[in-house]
Amino acid sequence: MKIVLIGFWLSFLSLIVCGEPKGSLVQRAPAKFVQLANPYQGNEAAVLAGSKLFSRECAACHGKDAHGIGKAPPLVTPDVRHAPPGALFWVLRNGSLHRGMPSFAHLPEPQRWQIVSYLENIR
Amino acid sequence: MFNRTPGKTRLKSYRSLPPLAALFMLFAASSRAEDPFFVTYTHQMEEPGNLELSSKAATGMPGIADRFLGAAAEFEYGVKGWWTTEVYLDGQSTAGQSTIFTGYRWENRFRVVPGEHWINPVLYVEYEDINAADKALLEIVGHDSAADLSVPNDEARRETLHEIETKLILSSYFKGWTLAENFIAEKNLSHAPYEFGYAVGVSRPLALTARPDRCNFCRENFQMGVEAYGGLGTHADFGVRDTSQYVAPTIAWTLANGTVLRISPGFGVTSSSLPFLLRFGVTYEIAQFGRAASKIFHTHGGNQ
Repeated sequence: MKIVLIGFWLSFLSLIVCGEPKGSLVQRAPAKFVQLANPYQGNEAAVLAGSKLFSRECAACHGKDAHGIGKAPPLVTPDVRHAPPGALFWVLRNGSLHRGMPSFAHLPEPQRWQIVSYLENIR
Repeated sequence: MFNRTPGKTRLKSYRSLPPLAALFMLFAASSRAEDPFFVTYTHQMEEPGNLELSSKAATGMPGIADRFLGAAAEFEYGVKGWWTTEVYLDGQSTAGQSTIFTGYRWENRFRVVPGEHWINPVLYVEYEDINAADKALLEIVGHDSAADLSVPNDEARRETLHEIETKLILSSYFKGWTLAENFIAEKNLSHAPYEFGYAVGVSRPLALTARPDRCNFCRENFQMGVEAYGGLGTHADFGVRDTSQYVAPTIAWTLANGTVLRISPGFGVTSSSLPFLLRFGVTYEIAQFGRAASKIFHTHGGNQ
């Protein structure tokens, strides 16, 4: 029993200490997510709803204008604007524990796509 | 027994109090979508740097004894993406008796697996320093029963309880539904048996898409669900015999300004349970409290 517990805590600590590879999160999205299409592509109402959701869920860290604050990176970058919608969706779904980016999986899928619509349209 | 369970600052003098007051005026509210549960935890962690202020209350009438109102004030802080810590201050008021402070709890939750999966585990560890008069009813374990709530405050408060409570939290999000299962093990640090309990919940927002406009009454702002919770006896007497069991529909309403209101009427389904238990609460989240506090205290320290 002790060995199981020690193994469990070592695994937990290694997850925290080792972290994850550097580089943009959107570039790490698995292929099955990258190929997903945004069901709200071209939908103006979805962009507006995404803007509202961004203000509520994301602006505290990334800034109201999405230019980034502190460790939270700017989102008005070509990297984000030209990212496949599915990759942005994957980042919202999974977050990154190591970088302090929370998962937004608690939002229903349609709302996450609405945020993606907004991210694709911010300048 | 029923719910006994349940940047470096440079502040060096009282001269730092004015920035502290300024701090509370400067905070921006955050209105994260909230699950509607009172007892059941999901794997959703507090966002790093955010401070969530909550109040949870429970009121009921144990048989012929006096009606009570138990309450817990919560201060939840996201330390890291994988670590959320929380302090509770508990108190209660019993009609015809007294209003008393019943103790504090320090809770920590650790998300052990990064990423989102079909089921997501979180480990929960809590230290409780409360007395037996506590009626916040934040969880039900062992053979907790309505009779425990009938003990007069003057008598119950003399019994001090130092307990460690652990939970395995499992939860999932599936097509807009939230499914959560909690398994509870609690140990009084004095000579007492391990007590067990559980809580399960399911919830869903009334609408899965968000409206474009800022609104209080849009359907997406309402989460409805139901939770069930109760005791599972002790390690020597495991099972549901002589335990309290509850089923409670629950609803959460997130206002446009970020305040979340919750209410849940609970119904006892065993003879040991309270027949009816009404829970209600309010939550307000302060976005990036840690960063704002650090900035203010550092600036103030630099000016001295």
